[in-house]
Amino acid sequence: MGDIVVENITEVSDLQLDVLREIGNIGSGHAATALAKLLNQKVDIKIPKAELCAFRDLPEVVGGAENIVVGILLTLSQDINGMMMFIMERKPAINLVKKLMWTEIDENAELTEMQLSALQEIGNIITGAYLSSLSDLTHLTIQASVPYIAIDMAGAILSVPAIEFGKLGDNALLIEAEFSDGNDEDDINGYFLLIPTIESYNAIMTSLGL
Amino acid sequence: MGNMIKIGMAEAALCTPPDAITTLGLGSCIGIVIYDPTTKICGMVHIMLPDSTKIRNNETRAKFADTGIQDLYNAVIKAGAKKEKLVSKIAGGAQMFAFKSDNDMLRVGDRNAEAAVKKLNELKVPILAQDTGKNSGRTVEFYPETGVFLVKSVGKPPYEI
Repeated sequence: MGDIVVENITEVSDLQLDVLREIGNIGSGHAATALAKLLNQKVDIKIPKAELCAFRDLPEVVGGAENIVVGILLTLSQDINGMMMFIMERKPAINLVKKLMWTEIDENAELTEMQLSALQEIGNIITGAYLSSLSDLTHLTIQASVPYIAIDMAGAILSVPAIEFGKLGDNALLIEAEFSDGNDEDDINGYFLLIPTIESYNAIMTSLGL
Repeated sequence: MGNMIKIGMAEAALCTPPDAITTLGLGSCIGIVIYDPTTKICGMVHIMLPDSTKIRNNETRAKFADTGIQDLYNAVIKAGAKKEKLVSKIAGGAQMFAFKSDNDMLRVGDRNAEAAVKKLNELKVPILAQDTGKNSGRTVEFYPETGVFLVKSVGKPPYEI
């Protein structure tokens, strides 16, 4: 089994998708725990998805190309190369900052430097938890960059990972994990996108014995 | 009012009045319009990467500046546009994240813009307007009836180029 080498991102098997889904599950579980500690409240995770997604459908995952989202991006190096992205819609992101900083925020106003910085740090902590569980699971070393943040249209934010995938094929491999604090009114939910290069993708599979 | 034709990443389409053509949420990608103001025939392509020759898996020609613009050029001429009347407008190529490194992977917006300009020059299609770079996403709409290229960014009023 050890010699399956994926050359094109369209060749991913159902078994491999199952494994990626499980990685998403474990990773987001750790991320949710980190977030729960940070906020001192319960955070649930939903059943994660792993799928191959055509470029044109990618922005639909987060509410359409023009929906305003917060994207936090880290570049990955060493044994796993690529990018990790954490995406939240604007409203849950504001809810998160409110809970963390104990302040009221005008939902239509632009976020202040301090609030952006808080979001960036939250992104750093939860993606860090996700990546360290991935590293434990695969025994691969992952070096993450500092987090970069942008608030803009979903299509524009997602063009960054889509372009990376565009070098390999016409699909993006989406490992989507969603979590929620179970409170409908001030719901906090977000999505992870793990974007390994094709070589790193093969390295992950090999390290898991697939 | 005509229809609004919508294209996504790595797609292209032709358009004639009264219809208009749009692509939503351009980030580092570029939207390129080629049109003939005399016949009002136009087309738009949404490219993601500068150069198809650098990528092994390059069958999707609309994904790349070089092949995508070439195909668009051929298609508008085939649809009846006059070669010597063709002009173009381009927008996009933003740097969405403020990376401090000058890693090439992260400067793809600039490289896309350079590649698009180069290809249009090669085809001798004048660029009437260019709104590229900066750090915000753009939704663009092109109206072949008037030649207006409308650019919308978050938190700014829409503007025509």
